[in-house]
Amino acid sequence: MQIIIVGCGKVGTALAAKLSVEDHNITVIDTDSNVVQMVANTYDVRGVVGNGASYSVLMEAELEDTDLIIAVTESDEMNLLCCVIAKKAGQCQTIARVRDPIYIHERSFIKKELGLSMIINPEFAAAMEISRLLCFPSAIEIDTFVKGRVEMLSLRISQKCALDGMALKNISSALGCEVLICAVERDNEVYIPSGDFILHVGDTLSMVASHKNAAKFFHKIGLHTNQVKNTMIIGGGQISVYLATILQKMGIMVKIVELSEKRCEELCDLLPKAVVICGDGSDEELLSEERIDQMDSVVALTGIDEENIILSLFAKTKVKLKTVTKINRIQLNDVIRSLDLDSVVYPKHLTSEMILQYVRATQNSIGSNVETLYKLVNDNVEALEFHIQENSKVTNVSLQKLRIRQDVLVACICRNDQVIIPKGQDQILPGDSVIVVTTCSGLTDVADILES
Amino acid sequence: MNYSMLIYILGSVLKIEGIFMALPTAVAFFYREKSLAAFLAAAVLCLALGIGLTWKKPSDMVFYSKEGFLAVSLSWVFLSIFGCLPFVISGDIPSFTDALFETISVFTTTGASILSDVEAMSKSGLFWRSFTHWLGGMGVLVFILAVLPMAGGRHMYLMKAESPGPSVSKLVPRVKQTARILYAIYFVMTVAEIVLLLCGGMPVFDAVTLSMGTAGTGGFGVRNDSVGSYTPYMRNVITIFMALFGVNFNIYYLILCKKWKQAFRSEEVRMYFGLILLAIAVITYDVRKLFPNILEAFQQAAFQVSSIMTSTGYSTVDFGKWPEFSQSLLLMLMFVGACAGSTGGGIKVSRILLMIKSVKRELHTIVHPRARMKIKMDDRVVEEETLRSVNVFIGCYLLIYALSLLCISVDDFDFTTNFTAVAATINNIGPGLGAVGPAGNFDGFSRFSKYVLMFDMLLGRLEIFPMMALFLPKTWRRH
Repeated sequence: MQIIIVGCGKVGTALAAKLSVEDHNITVIDTDSNVVQMVANTYDVRGVVGNGASYSVLMEAELEDTDLIIAVTESDEMNLLCCVIAKKAGQCQTIARVRDPIYIHERSFIKKELGLSMIINPEFAAAMEISRLLCFPSAIEIDTFVKGRVEMLSLRISQKCALDGMALKNISSALGCEVLICAVERDNEVYIPSGDFILHVGDTLSMVASHKNAAKFFHKIGLHTNQVKNTMIIGGGQISVYLATILQKMGIMVKIVELSEKRCEELCDLLPKAVVICGDGSDEELLSEERIDQMDSVVALTGIDEENIILSLFAKTKVKLKTVTKINRIQLNDVIRSLDLDSVVYPKHLTSEMILQYVRATQNSIGSNVETLYKLVNDNVEALEFHIQENSKVTNVSLQKLRIRQDVLVACICRNDQVIIPKGQDQILPGDSVIVVTTCSGLTDVADILES
Repeated sequence: MNYSMLIYILGSVLKIEGIFMALPTAVAFFYREKSLAAFLAAAVLCLALGIGLTWKKPSDMVFYSKEGFLAVSLSWVFLSIFGCLPFVISGDIPSFTDALFETISVFTTTGASILSDVEAMSKSGLFWRSFTHWLGGMGVLVFILAVLPMAGGRHMYLMKAESPGPSVSKLVPRVKQTARILYAIYFVMTVAEIVLLLCGGMPVFDAVTLSMGTAGTGGFGVRNDSVGSYTPYMRNVITIFMALFGVNFNIYYLILCKKWKQAFRSEEVRMYFGLILLAIAVITYDVRKLFPNILEAFQQAAFQVSSIMTSTGYSTVDFGKWPEFSQSLLLMLMFVGACAGSTGGGIKVSRILLMIKSVKRELHTIVHPRARMKIKMDDRVVEEETLRSVNVFIGCYLLIYALSLLCISVDDFDFTTNFTAVAATINNIGPGLGAVGPAGNFDGFSRFSKYVLMFDMLLGRLEIFPMMALFLPKTWRRH
């Protein structure tokens, strides 16, 4: 696809990097010529210097032939204007990042009236992600498929966990619930495991299950399944407001620690039911006074990555269930992973991931039928959801008879609200949604899972 | 410095060269020449070495600006060394220094020869000379980018180091597509010239070789009098095509996309054609008495101006015998050169244009010391970064020019010869004035001077900095 990205910040650059590798032709637009130069030198993309909302600049970026424009500049209004102009000038789809909370309730109106294909609010997305994690405190990461019916969870095997030393083929019978372990990360190596694979302490698993089965599974292996009852949020930024609102709806008690007095007052106004503490969230005395050791969970959401990391490492020694760390920078990922943090949320990453998913899904009409895409285990594994069309090559044959590639695993079949963890004799039928886990990237059609 | 990647790129370059040597081999086979064995041997050697070097794909494929620059300059050195082997083996040019001089001269599209009797050379040798002109004109690495599957973003560094001009930009998002479009335009224009020359009744061999020489703005002919003995029609076709190949190829792409307005707005191209027309008019007037009629004078002047300005270096008459004024004007044009992003050499029109604009700004600040002024080209603000690189380029250029002049003056030729010899090589023109004029050649220089001039040719083609990077110990360090 021909794609224009307006704005070369962290998200714009990450998108340019990922999309250009996936065989899309990318043109980036930014007013800062240094940034444009840098991006055009590093990735296989074209750079145009100028204001992305200007008609002539968009024309220079060959708007007429463009399929999709993604506006991710700093300013919401700029992003919206870019999309509106692009929509009027060329026949393309539009994605805008709109983050101002003022617009949060007007998103569907804006989307409809301005003809946008997608509006992204990274802070809101991050808050959603964190709230999911707090519902399932034992999982490190949760993604959903088939409109939330199927969950893919990651968890790390700790000491005295029932899974230690168990072979995968015995799991279902031993625990009496249907789950599928689809990827295991051990010592920085990723395995798509077979039935004889034996799990050990320290492995990170990615597993697919229906929501009910996942809860049962967690219960059986002796991990907490109940959502947290209370949480302490450190830092009172925009994500905190969204998160507190969501959590309060779920009946979770929220305590927010914020340094700025002015912001505290605003928070009181926005979140009348929350406990707002005015003080330095990195002050140990203050945290003890607020009984951090009695909290179920702590979410570190200050504006400084380093502070969030240190806070989480500290909180992990105190808190009963869960710590979540927000990290803004997308680089130096490996270092952050090597720290023993619980769950990490990258708002920038989420944004680019959501757009990436959208782009993959849009290719539907151009020959691909990926519905959802997640990158797992440090981008080494992809989990894709396909919608099965009539006359697809994989239908009406039992899975054991299909010549499926070595590096591909059919993780789940969803048929009329029913979630099937597939066995050899199961078949894929037209109309199903199928989740496939693979270590090779760039699958665009379900037929790609077959050996060529 | 990522050495394994560097070796991989060099290997790919040699493979491509080996494959291309099949063409002169075929020509040798067609004309039943004994140079067949020489080309075959050189091709096999290149291929073997190339395959050997690319046998193991480097695990670490990343490369940055430094690797890009070094890969390009080393590739050109290697290309020249291996490209001259057929001449040495076949005995067309027995001396290695002379063969290397001739090969660097063809690859850099200079067209400065050490041969006095071109017609004595084998047809396959002549074909190889012209074909390398063609390849060197657009660039070998650009070709590799167009054909080989090399994914990754940083290959822009390769293209930047090889393509002429103060700022190189992509036509389309992908480097590969950009390289393909450039070569497609280049190829089609070359074929167009071949067809037009054939229509005028030129022998096929001459038409093909001359067209390739024009396309790369090289300037090696296949006859002793360059293109003097062809009909006026053929000369006029060549005149027009020389001028066309000196235009920035981005303009052709814009025209292909039907963006006429943008194409004709280019200040560089307008100045380029303006200069050509002005020079033709002035020289026609100056030389009108040397020719039987004014039309003849006009045609000769046009040919010479477009040949020198685009750094091609074909000649129809010995302009060394023209009035002083015309000679001086031609010498000036040598320095101006063609447009950026074309196949021509010289300082480039866009740099001259930016220099003039800088001077204007400097004068402006003398009148209004506190004034702020941005330099614009094609209605677009030019980055200070670009201006700085233009200034440094011209400074470096003059310095190297002076040093080269000093070095070759040891040979005790007259000043005109020395001065124009350096001008003709560093600007990739070919013929100069005096002993190295259209009627002369570079054979008289000592071995040392020849190496200095070879270096100048490479410097001129790659626009100085990639070659200079070779001599910087920092570039060779691993970290």
